[in-house]
Amino acid sequence: MSADAPILQVERLTVALPGGGDRATAVRDVSFEVGRGEILCLIGESGSGKSVIAQGVMGLLPRQLPILSGRILLQGEDITRATPARLRELRATRMSMIFQEPMTALNPVMTCGDQIDEVLAEHTRLSAAERRAKVRAIIEEVLLPDPDRMMASYPHQLSGGQRQRIMIAMALVLEPVLLIADEPTTALDVTTQKQVLELMLQLQRRHGTGVLFITHDFGVVAELAQRVAVLRLGDLVEVGSRSEVLQHPRHDYTRMLIGAVPTLRLSARAVDAQAPVVLRARGLSKSYVDRRWFGQARTVHAAQDVDLEIRRGQTLGIVGESGSGKSTVARCIVRLVDPSAGEVRLGADDIARLPPRALRPLRRRVQIVFQDPYRSLNPRRSIAEAMIEGPMNYGVPRAQALAKARELVQLVRMDASALDRFPHQFSGGQRQRLCIARALMMDPELLVADEAVSALDVSVQAQVLRLFEEIRVRLNLAMLFITHDLRVASQVCDFLAVMRQGRVVEYGPAHRVFAAPEHEYTRALFAAAPGRDFAFGA
Amino acid sequence: MTAPPSTPPEEPTALESLSVESATIVSQAGVWQRVRRNTSVRIGGLILLMLVLVALAAPWLGTVDPSLFDPVSRDLLPGATGEITTLDGDTLEHRFIMGSDSFGRDVYSRVIYGTRVSLIVGIATALVAVAFGVLLGLLAGFIRWLDGPLMRFMDGLMAIPAILIAIALVAMWRGTLTTVIVAIAIPEIPRVTRLVRSMVLTIREEPYVEAAVSMGTPTPLIMWRHILPNTVAPLIVQGTFICASGILVEAILSFLGVGLPPDVPTWGNVMAEGRVQFIQYPHNIFFPGVFLAVTVLAVNILGDGLRDTLDPKMARRG
Repeated sequence: MSADAPILQVERLTVALPGGGDRATAVRDVSFEVGRGEILCLIGESGSGKSVIAQGVMGLLPRQLPILSGRILLQGEDITRATPARLRELRATRMSMIFQEPMTALNPVMTCGDQIDEVLAEHTRLSAAERRAKVRAIIEEVLLPDPDRMMASYPHQLSGGQRQRIMIAMALVLEPVLLIADEPTTALDVTTQKQVLELMLQLQRRHGTGVLFITHDFGVVAELAQRVAVLRLGDLVEVGSRSEVLQHPRHDYTRMLIGAVPTLRLSARAVDAQAPVVLRARGLSKSYVDRRWFGQARTVHAAQDVDLEIRRGQTLGIVGESGSGKSTVARCIVRLVDPSAGEVRLGADDIARLPPRALRPLRRRVQIVFQDPYRSLNPRRSIAEAMIEGPMNYGVPRAQALAKARELVQLVRMDASALDRFPHQFSGGQRQRLCIARALMMDPELLVADEAVSALDVSVQAQVLRLFEEIRVRLNLAMLFITHDLRVASQVCDFLAVMRQGRVVEYGPAHRVFAAPEHEYTRALFAAAPGRDFAFGA
Repeated sequence: MTAPPSTPPEEPTALESLSVESATIVSQAGVWQRVRRNTSVRIGGLILLMLVLVALAAPWLGTVDPSLFDPVSRDLLPGATGEITTLDGDTLEHRFIMGSDSFGRDVYSRVIYGTRVSLIVGIATALVAVAFGVLLGLLAGFIRWLDGPLMRFMDGLMAIPAILIAIALVAMWRGTLTTVIVAIAIPEIPRVTRLVRSMVLTIREEPYVEAAVSMGTPTPLIMWRHILPNTVAPLIVQGTFICASGILVEAILSFLGVGLPPDVPTWGNVMAEGRVQFIQYPHNIFFPGVFLAVTVLAVNILGDGLRDTLDPKMARRG
């Protein structure tokens, strides 16, 4: 075989979907190849069949998803015809895979060193001492500090980024020719993601590994890809080099996707500094005390000394990585949790410490939209019932509440017939629209969006973001927008608070914070956003 | 805020209509359709339906009054013909399909009428246990100070063998249908309580419950509207298993002579009656035993089928 022959060729692959799905095939007639030492990014929205392809290449397709036609050639060898024993052999020595969630991909009761060692013991004839040296070397290569301690650690003792490095070490220890990475950085914070992506690039160059990188994130594609393949509902709509696909997309779908990618783009919107203050938080803190039967109680400060102010018609964004306390702040403001200290003023009323009875009349003034659209609506109640619940709690007659629900459903650009249906009949984006409508039923003064667009595909995300903006303008609402995604924040926020470890490290007008970040953490966060320097062309 | 001017839903733009999401047509078979299609549910349900019909139609299935006896027709083998005296003193010619016992009672009639007792006990036990379990489980899940004491008490109750509690309770009261049902239901209550409590603790963290809180819905209404309906599926499944075990425990109590009085036709009583003569006349134990086994099997098969179709975790795996 010549040196420049592709290591992976997928030829006219068609995989069936079991009955009852929204289409007959998971992927249809898909062909692409990955060359030696090449990174091919496979991009698509949820349900596009990208993970099915990864499983097919690994020979891991479940029985319900049989391959109907086509071939998958790994260095010329057809995987679709390989015996289970041969597949096991190939999976370890010639191709390997890393997954989205390293915690579940690693064995929780084995030390990381033993898990890498197991791969070597199974597939090589090295002695125990040689294996140990090799494990140490690969752990050093993935730039983990203190290799000996890492080898002796269990997965739960490591951070998410460290676990993903262990996964990468395990995948690369046998020098496979093909590495399949299925959304390997999606569960990581941006700063960690940046480091892991850099590491993968480095290792891939050093070892000449071919990489099939599966992602939904165009920023990651821009950072990493040499070639890009775009999947839509099981069809491969476009394959080409990075610059071809990202800057001169040929297919309408690709163009739409790229157009929907949120970019760091500031809305130069005039802010009315004299608008009445809707929410003012002073010294807001929340700490959890972990009481134990023996030994000292441990206190965790989820949020400390947070000062915020939102005026009518303005949007304050809180950005931060996981564990920064941004959601805690949101939940304190909605009073889903009780703040430990500080005050939360809604107009003139401090709601931080109100008992439930006194709080109830004030609750309607703050409403929240959550991250997960699939869990935000009670599956057993119709949309109409969900929407009129709030107003009816405050004595609005049923007929009047229903009339209002009909108006609001149309305001969020859905058909009034949606009211008679149940949540499972809607897609994620549609449900999120309905959740927004439900929040608006209460005529809130402040709308809190807690990662409300994070679980949505980019094209849907763009639509929902546009809806938020429209509603804010039309109803002159104050909004608190919690997100981990700087690009999303840049599109909707007038003011920005950057949180880290429970504290606000930077706070100011969004254009000022984006243009001239003062705190080094803010700068690090901005620098880590994938694809930030890449010029997408739609 | 003034009422927003109503706007017709906008047609998605040409490019947005390419979005995967707008192309998705959500179609999902309803729960009941899925339940009806399940083979286990069909088999178990069919057998149970037949048993219910048998219990309802007992007087018209060629039976005589199950308490009638005739010393002349003692210990007849299945299929033999003999005579039996009615309460009015008339003597009837009767074919003993399942033979007769040592008092000359018709085993067939006693087994068929016994179906009534078993089904009533099974279903009533399940209802009583689920009703109390739900109530206690909701309380434990929502009232924090009550959670500890209540659940420790339930742990204590679970530490005593169910059959011992039932025997003690029936011995304390008198062996009537109600006391037997209550005695069998009490040891099952802790299991239901645990199930409901754990579901309440999970569901109360769901965003839709938090949304209800922020919309000012009072706590009792949240329990009733949002939490209880979402516990129904696992409860139905748990109920079927309690039903099966209730039928079994009732038979055991009767067999041990601590359940319903011996003249009441129950499968356990018939078997207890035949125990002494098992070697010579096995039919006294065989026929009620078969009915008991088939009934419990049917309920369990139905329960398995319901679990596969209703339990969201199993559904996701399938």
